[in-house]
Amino acid sequence: MHATRPAYDKLVFELSSPGRFAHSLPECDVPTGDVSAFLPADHLRPEPPELPEVSEVDVIRHYSRLSQMNYGVDTHFYPLGSCTMKYNPKLNEDMARLPGFSRLHPLTPEWAGQGALRLMHELARDLAEISGMDHVSLQPAAGAQGELAGVLMIRAYHLARGERRHKVLIPDSAHGTNPASTALAGYTVVQLRSDEHGEVDLGDLEQHVDADVAAFMITQPNTLGLFESRIHQIAERCHAKGVQVYMDGANLNAILGITRPGDLGFDVCHFNLHKTFTTPHGGGGPGSGPVGIKEHLAPFLPTPVIVKRASVKNGDELALDWNRPQSIGKLQAFWGNFGMLVRAYSYIRTMGPDGLRAVSENAVLNANYVLSRLEDHYDRSAPGPCMHECVLSARRQKRLGVSAMDIAKRLLDLGFYAPSTYFPLIVEEALMIEPTETESKETLDAFCDAMIQIAREAESNPRVILDAPLTTPVRRLDQTLAARQPQLRWAPPSPR
Amino acid sequence: MANVPAELRYTREHEWAKLEGDRARIGITAFAQEQLGDVVFVELPKPGARVAAMQAFGVVESVKAVSDLFAPLSGEVVEVNGELTKKPEIVNTDPYGQGWMIVVKLADPREIDALMRAEDYEKVIAAGGH
Amino acid sequence: MRYISNTPAQQREMLQAIGVASVEDLLARIPPKARLSRPLNLPGALAETDLVRHLRRMAGENAGADDVACFLGGGVYDHAIPSPINHLISRGEFFTAYTPYQPEASQGTLRTVFEYQTMMAELTGMDVANASVYDGASSLAEAALMAHSVTGRDGIVLSRGVNPLYRQVVETYGEGPELRLRSVPLGDGVTDLGALRKAVTDRVAAVVVQSPNFFGCLEDLRAAAEIAHGAGALLVAVSDPVNLGLLTPPGAAGADIVVGEGQGLGVPMSFGGPNLGVFATRKELVRRMPGRLVGATVDLDGQRGFVLTLQTREQHIRREKATSNICTNVALCALMATIYVAIMGKRGLRKVGELSTAKAHYAAAELTKIPGVRLRFAAPFFKEFTLQLPKSPDRVVKRLLKERILGGVPVKAFDRQYKDCLLVAVTERRTREEIDAYAAALAAAVA
Repeated sequence: MHATRPAYDKLVFELSSPGRFAHSLPECDVPTGDVSAFLPADHLRPEPPELPEVSEVDVIRHYSRLSQMNYGVDTHFYPLGSCTMKYNPKLNEDMARLPGFSRLHPLTPEWAGQGALRLMHELARDLAEISGMDHVSLQPAAGAQGELAGVLMIRAYHLARGERRHKVLIPDSAHGTNPASTALAGYTVVQLRSDEHGEVDLGDLEQHVDADVAAFMITQPNTLGLFESRIHQIAERCHAKGVQVYMDGANLNAILGITRPGDLGFDVCHFNLHKTFTTPHGGGGPGSGPVGIKEHLAPFLPTPVIVKRASVKNGDELALDWNRPQSIGKLQAFWGNFGMLVRAYSYIRTMGPDGLRAVSENAVLNANYVLSRLEDHYDRSAPGPCMHECVLSARRQKRLGVSAMDIAKRLLDLGFYAPSTYFPLIVEEALMIEPTETESKETLDAFCDAMIQIAREAESNPRVILDAPLTTPVRRLDQTLAARQPQLRWAPPSPR
Repeated sequence: MANVPAELRYTREHEWAKLEGDRARIGITAFAQEQLGDVVFVELPKPGARVAAMQAFGVVESVKAVSDLFAPLSGEVVEVNGELTKKPEIVNTDPYGQGWMIVVKLADPREIDALMRAEDYEKVIAAGGH
Repeated sequence: MRYISNTPAQQREMLQAIGVASVEDLLARIPPKARLSRPLNLPGALAETDLVRHLRRMAGENAGADDVACFLGGGVYDHAIPSPINHLISRGEFFTAYTPYQPEASQGTLRTVFEYQTMMAELTGMDVANASVYDGASSLAEAALMAHSVTGRDGIVLSRGVNPLYRQVVETYGEGPELRLRSVPLGDGVTDLGALRKAVTDRVAAVVVQSPNFFGCLEDLRAAAEIAHGAGALLVAVSDPVNLGLLTPPGAAGADIVVGEGQGLGVPMSFGGPNLGVFATRKELVRRMPGRLVGATVDLDGQRGFVLTLQTREQHIRREKATSNICTNVALCALMATIYVAIMGKRGLRKVGELSTAKAHYAAAELTKIPGVRLRFAAPFFKEFTLQLPKSPDRVVKRLLKERILGGVPVKAFDRQYKDCLLVAVTERRTREEIDAYAAALAAAVA
């Protein structure tokens, strides 16, 4: 199934042979002569950069072999909690590659890019409907940027009302980007406790919510996979003190067509298109993190805003509106990760309203099924049904000397990518499992069988877990060495 | 069996201080380095910098965690352990000896009284370290 | 339902195993008043062939560069994308993989990122590059934040030659830390060094100069570095890495941080995103860098392997004290760039630069033969130049598009000072035929 040991261990620089090349460039067809005629000498590199010299066959073979060392959703079940590793439809890939989309320059005059602008306008409207928000900006390049945009809009909102608030409340179960984005926006983070049920401690919230708090940020469902059932109370308490309520939309896959952030009292939410809306993870990106807001935050939207204008000649026309004096500005140079927007649009049109609802229903069903099969072997982190993901604790196994990390490594040998480990921070030896709706019962059963096998091995034969992984190209890499003596680029071996 | 030398003083944040005349040598405890795991980097102030009791004076990093270093006592930094730049692992192998971090010329020696003695610190780590 | 594997029979089995009657029972914690009582108001599901038709129509309404000759620049360029790239990045193991937190299952991605880091460091002339950030603009914003953190100062001085869209992003990112931005004017197309010297005080954290700048002109980075360092500030250079096969790397000129848009390295233009934010710096500053870093190490058996390293800088560990909030990189775009650089190689990338600049100079010569059309600036340029037109650039652009030519970017929208100007970019893709046709069409348009 995979390239196993001995591994393919070459870097492209090591395949170089002087004079070899893979490029195919035309001869110069203009009569300008040597570049030194019009470029000052001190702007020219004396020597070409040290880059590989390889053939096209080398390139194809090298990168194909490297790809075989990866686990992807296309080859493996990938139950990473909070990442929503659902199937990435190939149709979406074809649509993103349509030349009218992929070969379109962002500074093409608006009247020559109406198809692209219309797609964005419709997608924004669809996301607004899905989330119950009034406006959506598609500009943020990833969830973390969406968070930053959301918090900056909240900041601008308060400043516009003549108020300078300094704090943001965030639960201790939050994803690291929440406090990081908040700090980047200039706020102090105040951490709130979670109660014994895994939900935000209402008492702790009451104690901390005051007129110096700009916002309360929460993931819904939360990072334990639980729906925060008292969200209306929370929103009310916050709004009573002028505190804006922000939803981290990482777990939106649990509630599509079932409930909506806008109906739960949220003022702002961001979307992770690379989670809920199937845009591929790509080995770590690119993502796309649109942000949705209620009307009162509209003046602060990033520029440009895509608007529909009545046009005498052409009926409705889409345009980029830059005239937004109170806007928070820009998050990235252009209008958004359009290539990912096409994929998300294609997905939403494929599923339709009934399909999206079925997505969440099946996501919740699958996660609860996994929970029901594993709860006798691993500790639950909270009582009651979960939503689209469940968090288990390997506490029992830790007492036998087997940690969550060891379990993750053993799963690799058994043919599965591991769940998320050690997140959320409030659960000891956390294993966060999000199966998603695109997996079948057969796959879930195989995964649960493997997890149960590991639980048994922890009791009878922990050595086989502690030695894992045995079948991957490398095993138990020395992270300490990597951090103590960072080697962050290839260097040719020193001459002997 | 806890490794808590009797002659040192301790903070709740797991730093130790060793009185040397009008100066104090400062580092982190065996418990702290164990909690952190393999230390990969230590960020320390330069000689001449001023530190204040229970204010952060630097950072210690392991592969999976980062911790602020809190000064047990106030004063002026007069020595900094340069070995730790090249060999941060000394903090793990010899936290009370070669793993010392800074030497501070004390602003107010009476601050020593606020620090825990070995027995009290032992109780802290027996209770889980918080 | 598309993309949902379980059959109704399996769903029933699972519900039984869980011990509930329906999925509704699993949703009981959601307050009834928050439950949607109607389906989402979205268009109904489209079958594949209908969807393809719908999207083809939408795509067909756009003047993509396959249908028109593209002379647009301003940060995104129509450089040729070699055929192997799409095939390789479309391998499911690459594009459906997650962030390489489990290194044993991600050596493919980790190795390609290590190669990418090496290539970007080499091109920029710096010690180390990160695994990429979102785009050139946000990369610059991150550089400003890093300079602020390293120096403890809050002033950022930006040449007016820096892409105005990038400046806007720096302003937005600078809100929270309350950075104070200041502009330095151009003198005949390049940064006015006298004005720069005056602006760079000991409260300045970073001096930002782009070369070639937004108007296409080559800047004196060495002089800017001297001014910055003289005041204890960092020099942040903004550079297009495609050009660096031929041009002096900013690292050699004394830059402390190099940022730029790597889209030209094999990433489709795609209406402005996703892009590729390059970020490189000196080794002394590596622990203050934002973004992911891949490092080499060994495994239990002594075999070479690669891991994400120095992760304690990042949000998932450092949380509010992180160097940045960035979580993803643009891994797949970085992979495109890695393969592009491997294909182009030592000589190819240089040749892309030579062809682009040669054709740009030919185009400038031909276009300025037209009465009333002149180069706005005398400063040397690389693959982009600013033309002053005798007629409204917006109107001219409209007429040119009728001839299937995207003639350039009217500068007015970015800088009102140059409202009669058009920014023209020429890459190795533009043929002599296309350039000659452009000249003929422009002559007619301004006659």
